Amino acid sequence: MRLLEEIVSKLEKGDLTLEESIEIYTEGMKLASFCSEKINEAESRITMLTERNGETEETVFNAEI
Amino acid sequence: MTVITVSQLNRYVAALFDSDRNLSNISVSGEISSLKRYQSGHIYFNLKDNECSVSCVMFRSKAVLSGVLAEDGLKVIATGRASLYDRDGKFQLYINEIKSDGKGDLYAAFEELKRKLEKEGLFDASKKRKIPYLPRKIGVASSPSGAVIRDIINVLTRRFPGFDLQLIPVKVQGDGAADSIIKALKIFNNRKEADVIIIARGGGSMEDLWCFNDERLARAIAVSEIPVISAIGHETDFTICDFAADLRAPTPSAAAELAVPNRTDITELLFSSKNSMNLSLTRKLEYSKLRLQNILVSSIISKPEIIWKERKELISNHTDRITSSVERKLNDFKKRLDLATGALESLNPVKVIRRGYAIVRNNNSGKQMNSIADALVGDKLTIKLFDGNIICTTDSTEINTGVNDSRSC
Repeated sequence: MRLLEEIVSKLEKGDLTLEESIEIYTEGMKLASFCSEKINEAESRITMLTERNGETEETVFNAEI
Repeated sequence: MTVITVSQLNRYVAALFDSDRNLSNISVSGEISSLKRYQSGHIYFNLKDNECSVSCVMFRSKAVLSGVLAEDGLKVIATGRASLYDRDGKFQLYINEIKSDGKGDLYAAFEELKRKLEKEGLFDASKKRKIPYLPRKIGVASSPSGAVIRDIINVLTRRFPGFDLQLIPVKVQGDGAADSIIKALKIFNNRKEADVIIIARGGGSMEDLWCFNDERLARAIAVSEIPVISAIGHETDFTICDFAADLRAPTPSAAAELAVPNRTDITELLFSSKNSMNLSLTRKLEYSKLRLQNILVSSIISKPEIIWKERKELISNHTDRITSSVERKLNDFKKRLDLATGALESLNPVKVIRRGYAIVRNNNSGKQMNSIADALVGDKLTIKLFDGNIICTTDSTEINTGVNDSRSC
């Protein structure tokens, strides 16, 4: 997100060449799409790490909510 | 029986207390509770043990000296006098001084450990790791049952659906609690999956929360490579853990809020970022287009012949100037030549000789003669006429006496 913010402010300044602008714009758009994808994962994951016979085991944790 | 007023009764009893030497200067041990500090500077609290409780007041003049330490749950030895507050008929201790009850005192141990670790620099702000803006995985060390983990999950679900939480169940009270939390920290750090760790426990007494004042736990938190948020007890509870952690949350719910951003905020931010980028690029393109257009309409590009037309004119101009200047020079020269030729013609000695003049040369000296002085008697002379020469000898010379020219050979 910080990288994205940097790109936005660079573009807004407008002192880049056209080639640079297009390049950085493409990068910014990719980043924004990547972030959107990441945050739109609707499924939350809640797991619990426990030890059994000296080995760590990851199980789904069901909290009674 | 004599009837008396309430005032009389209360004052009588107060006087009884005041006359008792034992009560005029006593030290009482107990635990402070319901402490209230007033604007005036006076402190009111109850001193209690397992069974009984007594009201206490510490006036400002005394409170500034030793009252600063006073805190709920603190075990103290309070020194002062016991009497009756006649207005309310309330029995209370008027305290001059309080001292921490040294033996096994949790508070003193807490203060000592805090001072020690602080001196070591364990709590330095420079050592605090930054809590990530958006953790991929959140590690939680807490009890798997009870309200705490539920509160955390609730807040995370509300703020950022799509979160990833990994819980390591730990003991949060009593023997072995600190050890189990230290172990959880190690597991999280070994697995390197979580970007942030929350250590959480609900409210409780100072004794209940005591495991969070463990020195080894504080050190384990300090060396954790993953940033740690501590959320122990209520807002008013402070533990060593809180000081060692990278961020202290007042409650477990607050810890969850601090661990993830609000997803709506991010969505909005992403949206506005995209908009801004589009706008910036469009503006850049428009600007570039305009610049290109300006270049294209400029006269040089649209009418390139301008360049050579100008040059051509210049060249022909130069050529003309060179030609005319050479011509002028030639004419000058020709005129001068004609003039010279004319002059030369008129001076041609042959022409003069034809008209009857002669050129006389002295053969002895070899010189052309202009005067009689150029010839001596006997000198041989050559007289050059237009059709030939006469060779003769000088007999004599005569100097002209008149204006008339006379020649003799």
